[in-house]
Amino acid sequence: MLTILFDGVAYGMLLFVLACGLSVTLGLMNFINLAHGAFAMAGGYCTVILVNRLGVPFALGLPIAFLVTAVLGGLFERTLYVHVYAKPHLDQVLFTIGLVFMAVAAVDYTMGSSQQFVQIPDALQGQFNVFGIGMGKYRLLIIAICGLLTIALQLMLSKTRFGSRLRAAVDDPRVARGLGINVGAVFGITFAFGSGLAGLGGALGAEILGLDPTFPLKYMIYFLIVVTVGGTSSITGPFFASILLGIGDVAGKYYVPKLGAFVIYAIMIAVLIWRPQGLFARSTAR
Amino acid sequence: MKFNHLLMAASAAFALAAASGARADDIKIGFILPMTGQQQSTGKQEAAAAKLFMQQNGDTVAGKKVELIIKDDGAVPDNSKRIAQDLIVNDKVAFLAGFGVTPGALAVAPLATEGKTPEIVTAAGTSIITEKSPYIARTSFTLAQSTVPMADWAAQNGIKKVVSMVSDYAPGADAAKSFAAEFTAKGGQILDSITFPLANPDFAPFLQRAADQKPDAIFVFVPSGQGGIFVKQFAERGMDKAGIRIIGPGDVTDDDLLNGMGDPVLGAITAHIYSADHNSPTNKAFVDAFKKANNGMRPNFMAVGAYDGMHLMYEALKKTGGKTDGDSLIAAIKGMAWESPRGPISIDPDTRDIIQNVYIRTVERKNGELYNVEFETFPSVKDPIKAAEKK
Amino acid sequence: MTSAAANEVAAYLKRRARWSPLEIAFWVFAFATIWLFPGKYLILKDTAILALFALSLDLILGYAGIISLGQAAFFGLAGYFSGLVAKYGIINEPLLALIASGLAAAALGFVTSFLVLRGSDLTRLMVTLGVSLMLGEVANRYSNITGGADGLQGVDIQPILGRFRFDLYGHNGYVYCLIVLFICFVLARRVVYSPFGLSLRAVKGNPLRAAAIGIPVKWRLVAVYTFSAGLAGLAGALLTQTTAFCSLDVFSLDRSADLLLVLIIGGTGYLYGGLIGAVIYKLLQDWIANLTPQYWQFWIGLVLVVIVLAGRERMQGWIAAARGALEDATARVAARPAKFASDRQ
Repeated sequence: MLTILFDGVAYGMLLFVLACGLSVTLGLMNFINLAHGAFAMAGGYCTVILVNRLGVPFALGLPIAFLVTAVLGGLFERTLYVHVYAKPHLDQVLFTIGLVFMAVAAVDYTMGSSQQFVQIPDALQGQFNVFGIGMGKYRLLIIAICGLLTIALQLMLSKTRFGSRLRAAVDDPRVARGLGINVGAVFGITFAFGSGLAGLGGALGAEILGLDPTFPLKYMIYFLIVVTVGGTSSITGPFFASILLGIGDVAGKYYVPKLGAFVIYAIMIAVLIWRPQGLFARSTAR
Repeated sequence: MKFNHLLMAASAAFALAAASGARADDIKIGFILPMTGQQQSTGKQEAAAAKLFMQQNGDTVAGKKVELIIKDDGAVPDNSKRIAQDLIVNDKVAFLAGFGVTPGALAVAPLATEGKTPEIVTAAGTSIITEKSPYIARTSFTLAQSTVPMADWAAQNGIKKVVSMVSDYAPGADAAKSFAAEFTAKGGQILDSITFPLANPDFAPFLQRAADQKPDAIFVFVPSGQGGIFVKQFAERGMDKAGIRIIGPGDVTDDDLLNGMGDPVLGAITAHIYSADHNSPTNKAFVDAFKKANNGMRPNFMAVGAYDGMHLMYEALKKTGGKTDGDSLIAAIKGMAWESPRGPISIDPDTRDIIQNVYIRTVERKNGELYNVEFETFPSVKDPIKAAEKK
Repeated sequence: MTSAAANEVAAYLKRRARWSPLEIAFWVFAFATIWLFPGKYLILKDTAILALFALSLDLILGYAGIISLGQAAFFGLAGYFSGLVAKYGIINEPLLALIASGLAAAALGFVTSFLVLRGSDLTRLMVTLGVSLMLGEVANRYSNITGGADGLQGVDIQPILGRFRFDLYGHNGYVYCLIVLFICFVLARRVVYSPFGLSLRAVKGNPLRAAAIGIPVKWRLVAVYTFSAGLAGLAGALLTQTTAFCSLDVFSLDRSADLLLVLIIGGTGYLYGGLIGAVIYKLLQDWIANLTPQYWQFWIGLVLVVIVLAGRERMQGWIAAARGALEDATARVAARPAKFASDRQ
């Protein structure tokens, strides 16, 4: 029972790291980025190449994956995404789905279509047994990393100057601009950072979620569910939403395996009927 | 690496350009394969094998030129059906072949009957497929062919309690059912049978459920391409350390992915029709040529299915002297026997299904690579489900 | 509203509702394809179904401003409905089954419309998507009825009206789909050029203001959503009937996403967008997928990105300009014989 809870939390944490960048960009620029999963995939493949082919240690592979995807995200933001911000949601959806299609085919072409695995160190394989609860070492690592990240993010948002600028820009971009905050730059940095996080999530998750060219399409729905259920105005919302979904999904599959993914769709629709703006939305003017 | 792919793409483009100059009396073979989507690794293996066969055996049979048409159905049966109809009506293909998943093969069956076009199933493995049309023959395998020997072996080798875990579609149901029947008949016990959705991200909860029942072994079937993640999570749960073994048809230790799975998969016992490690000159030549043509990719049982499918179609055409009407082709196919990379195989004249050896294998490390090493053979296995129906 | 204004609106609607020569030419050509491209019935049939499906989305997206990723819910529901009634022999006449399936989908549309009316664009996207995915899971769950991941096997569709069999070449299937498409189009056209359609445009422009001038915004949206669901359902039922098969894929995200692409290519809000988009999309997809069966997604993706970056409005501007020019030309051609005749007298 507790093992299920543990697995659910680990899964939820992973979802959070993957999706939190998306929730911030959505809240900040009101921009629907369906290609978010493509960055996660990039991070995953980056780690595969580094660790498996070039023999870089796993512990070093993760931060590099973060950096590479962050740079990639920043690059895309500056060159392509900037042109699409002002366009209607429909255009944004199309544009980013187009990017996903291209990413899927390009990865298939360069890396092949079979599933890839990151070779994780032996020390991370296996399970601890604490009071009869089996805890996978790797999942424990995920919880640790993601937990630390969450705290760091929360601190960064609430304590630093950049954090307050970001929050201001999310709450009301026009006024923030009026106060001399360079919303475009704030957004560029946030986008790159969010992409980096997705890349890290992809690298960490390759072991659990699997990694193949269809990754962005397979998980796009999960990310979007996290974001819509959690609301887009803070990171605590998506955080709790991820944990809720992670536990719901794992528990649902354990107890009623035949229903499969039904449980999380039901959770999502129920939440959205109850609170259309998400669980933790503040009522903003927008 | 990239350059090689470019070369491949260029040669494919060249092949296409050459193909477009086809004449009307050419013989066309239409392969319908999942080249995109979740089952795309199957499509890749099959297409590569079919092309390799044509490379090795030339593109003329019985004095006629053979053209290979490969279409992507994304493993979506609607698409398979539409494409098949198009191939029959507009391209006037002599054969339909491929079919990565059972639903696709089943969807096309009525068209094969109506269009009198032989449908050569080179991948999908549900027993009933060949019964759906008198024009269907199979060169892949049926799941029961692997699972029944697997159950025999398990019962004889001290495995008493098993949890079965299969993907929720026809082949999965076939695998679970045929295994359970044989295993319980031989005195074993099935603790639980778990099914999970075909498109499934995380096996953790299902594995946990299985582990909690403390079985001797887990019988598993997942479609080609998904086995790796299963084994990884199996090991992560410490189930290998707890003495639980993985047994099942060979899909889970797919040759294509085996190397990426790492040490946890060592010692997994599977029953299957083909291993890249199969010790025969025919197979060695096939594996070498396949790797050479495909950038080091190792052929799996899907590749050999397509390779043998091409062989079957070529031989059938030779026998009919290039006649392409469905009735003579299917008559030529019945009872055909030859030496495949997987060992001796033949087409059962009664059911048009394949008869082949099934091998019990264990995963071992050989020259630094992981292989399914065969150690026991069940010779000339007919599809047990159909055999049982006959009795 | 004064009577003068009412008369003006009526006159405006009447003017708009008149069939232009270009429209007539379009449909004449559409029906001429039956004889023009005898080897292409299959792709034509798929195109006709896709066009009907796109038309249904255009009604809510182009005329009511609702973004939806969940049209597949209606498509799939009706697809399974028509397949099941045929399989179990409940309704054997395809036409009746078609209408019943459409009604079933419309009923689902009515029920779910209340979910969709709430929330922002993103919420709508997710709720509509969620509904179709949930239905997909339900169909998967009750595999004893629906066949689950194996698809609905053994569907046997009777000849239409007891006379026209669905043949292997797809001739009757195509004619059947085309006629249904035309009827649905005429219906949609009636709706759009009615006062009801006009009020929808007002709602799309500014819901608050529309409510202020006395338009019952909520019920208008419910109505159009239900109607659109019904059309989507007809498309789904057509697919099942013409292929005698139905699988879980009818509920997939790809199907709804493809539909958006179709509309974007063809443009929204003038009814022909879905039709033209469907034709272009199918041709493009067929062509690219034949060139590279494995990597066609890349090129479709590229086309999308380029369309958005180049500006959808601009493209639609071109289409509108081309349409204007064509309209002039056809009008002149249509006028010429009359002039010629009058000259002779």
